[in-house]
Amino acid sequence: MTAPADVTAALQSKFPQASLRPSCDHPALNLPITEVVAALKYLRDEFAYDFLVDVTAIDNGVDVSPRFTTVWHVYSTTGHGYVRIASDCANDENPVAPTVSHIWPTANWHERETYDLFGITFENHPDLRRILMWDGYPYHPLRKDFPLAGIQTPLPDLEVADLTKASVKPAPMMGGPFVASPGEMNMTDAEPRAKDESWTERREKPASE
Amino acid sequence: MATEYAFPDNAAKTADATEKMSLAMGPSHPSTHGVLRLQLELDGEIVTQCDPILGYLHRGDEKIAENMTYNQFVPYTDRLDYLAPLANNVAYAIAVENLANLKVPARCAAIRVICCELARISAHLLGLGAYGIDVGAWSVFLYSFEEREKLYKLFEELTGARFTTSYTRIGGVARDVPEGWNERVGKFCDQFLPILEEILTLLTRNKIFTDRTQGVGIISKEDAIGYGLTGPNLRGSGVAFDLRKDKPYSGYEQYEFDIPVGTTGDCYDRYLCRGEEMRQSVRIVRQVIKNFPSGSYFAEDAKKIFAPKKEKVLTSMEELINNFMIVTEGPQMPAGEVYFEAENPKGALGFFIVSKGGGVPYRMKIRSPSFCNLSILPKVCQGNLVSDVVSILGSLDFVMGECDR
Repeated sequence: MTAPADVTAALQSKFPQASLRPSCDHPALNLPITEVVAALKYLRDEFAYDFLVDVTAIDNGVDVSPRFTTVWHVYSTTGHGYVRIASDCANDENPVAPTVSHIWPTANWHERETYDLFGITFENHPDLRRILMWDGYPYHPLRKDFPLAGIQTPLPDLEVADLTKASVKPAPMMGGPFVASPGEMNMTDAEPRAKDESWTERREKPASE
Repeated sequence: MATEYAFPDNAAKTADATEKMSLAMGPSHPSTHGVLRLQLELDGEIVTQCDPILGYLHRGDEKIAENMTYNQFVPYTDRLDYLAPLANNVAYAIAVENLANLKVPARCAAIRVICCELARISAHLLGLGAYGIDVGAWSVFLYSFEEREKLYKLFEELTGARFTTSYTRIGGVARDVPEGWNERVGKFCDQFLPILEEILTLLTRNKIFTDRTQGVGIISKEDAIGYGLTGPNLRGSGVAFDLRKDKPYSGYEQYEFDIPVGTTGDCYDRYLCRGEEMRQSVRIVRQVIKNFPSGSYFAEDAKKIFAPKKEKVLTSMEELINNFMIVTEGPQMPAGEVYFEAENPKGALGFFIVSKGGGVPYRMKIRSPSFCNLSILPKVCQGNLVSDVVSILGSLDFVMGECDR
């Protein structure tokens, strides 16, 4: 088995722009988005990282630039080690990343999912459709500016929507287990039931739709 | 008198016959085991194209995880692969513990191994039972559910719940094993092995079963790796990939067990792998029980992570404050990124956690084995009969709760 340090060193000498990424477990590298495909191919061909485990993304926050980071995990079925490759997407509004579905067919669905939930377009992807949300859904739910409760949206089937006058409604947060991220507000506000505004005396219950 | 005979235009008929028919199989179809929809394009009985449509059970688990503390998310992991909730609990707990760089005591690790292996038996029993029904063998289901019922009794005794166990905590498990539980697990194993042989005999040489599974849905080694298959589906194709052996966690390196692999990669091989894995699970459970470690069932040094015991909370001010902080703000984690995969009954269940410190993950990605296992469907269904699609679906043994998250 190749030692993890060797892999990162080899990658860094082959791709001089690669920098080490802080990680708690596996070797991890930051790479420019243009070199990701070559680096993953290199890992597969030279170091037998033959198994693409996962493709996903991180939304670094609405005001942060670069906003989206795409993350690939590869595993070696012979060497039994993981490598994490991360790369910032250039465009914050319409982020773009290269596809690896021609190297690993499993990437097809992972990239569709990342496109669906983050709105990252994978270039040259053979079939970039939504996968978990329905076709025509207007938002990308895992973006940080998408509220936890959801946003009111028309039903996917317009015929049914016409007949029933129903729509997809935000989920009720009342009494939910959700906490605010620490540091954002004080303890009383962070207490889950305090988030239910219909029960506090400080604010009026919001008028229902 | 000249009679004109009008012959049916055969050429036109054959032209009609090649017209493709599209068929929506599911989302409520008994063989899709949940809410999976397959948009099939058929040429007669032959599937020319298969487009799986997912998302009917999408609950946004990853979004939810970003809005709650680490311990609060444990019950949500029950609902991933809801046939083996204990195994999900363990995988999630270890992922977060890796982030905190926390080692759990040997007793806790041993309890978790028993949990994982019993969950594996329970999940595979259901897999086999449901598969039997899919391809026309009813009785397997009855036998396997009787055994699952016994397992549920054991789970209930251990965790307080039959189905949604939520047993692990970050840094330990919710409670110690009850008195005499290990012996009852041992007894279960003793009586289970002969019944397992009986169950497998009902299928292994069953002519109908072998006809419907052998040589059907063959997945090559290269395809299996390329499409990211894991678990028995990958091993059925002859790849000895098992994270319990390759990257041992929770003390799996101490136990002796074999990894069954298939030779042809057809539905029958995947079935055989599941059968053998249950025997190996029993073997592991017996080893754990034999040398069951004493000690604590949670990491005692993890003061800011594992909530103190109730009697301490009620008697000591410091522990009360500590308990309050852990419950309201969550177990405090360092900043960092961690990816951990565990060998679950369906395959490698992975958690990618990005932490910026504090008690709430910044981003959590769940890599679900069923999602990846299903991605090969368009390839493997093509050119097969519609009835074979049922057989292939059953052999992939997926759970939509985990696939859609």
